[in-house]
Amino acid sequence: MIRSELIQKISEENPHLYQRDVERIVNTIFEEIISAMARGDRVELRGFGAFSVKKRDPRLGRNPRTGEAVQVDEKHVPFFKTGKLLRDRLNEE
Amino acid sequence: MGDKTLTRMDLSEAVFREVGLSRNESAQLVESVLTHMSDALVRGETVKISSFGTFTVRSKAARVGRNPKTGEEVPISPRRVLSFRPSHLMKERVAAGNKR
Repeated sequence: MIRSELIQKISEENPHLYQRDVERIVNTIFEEIISAMARGDRVELRGFGAFSVKKRDPRLGRNPRTGEAVQVDEKHVPFFKTGKLLRDRLNEE
Repeated sequence: MGDKTLTRMDLSEAVFREVGLSRNESAQLVESVLTHMSDALVRGETVKISSFGTFTVRSKAARVGRNPKTGEEVPISPRRVLSFRPSHLMKERVAAGNKR
């Protein structure tokens, strides 16, 4: 499933909404999640999962080609943990 | 910076501000987005949201695990797990936004 298929499905279920409004709605949801994480906030969607930000400590890396040591700065990366309900649904017969 | 937790309520509030539907309908739309994504994943589909990220279902084989407390061996049944790979855009924005 891709973004446009998701928008299509929601549009079909909501014939009273213009498709361009459904597009804005779907885009707003994803945009809001990214903005929250960019602020360092978490987004917890019970049953689905939680988006959070993890800190990676600075470390001494190595250029794999030359073997040279390079300083890698501290950085923050997005992380998703699957919610319990979805995890269970993936494994029910 | 950043130790707040947002929930469905905050997402529906954002939809409410952006599109001017009722709060109730905004909440229902947030729910139906999550439901459609979950249903697709449960069917085994990959959900790929451009400039956001990709959710993939992976099958794990059965293996023998160990209770870390008692050292006892326990069988772990085969299972499906969900993995999320963030888009470049998400990684960049999260890295830039949290930089000190």
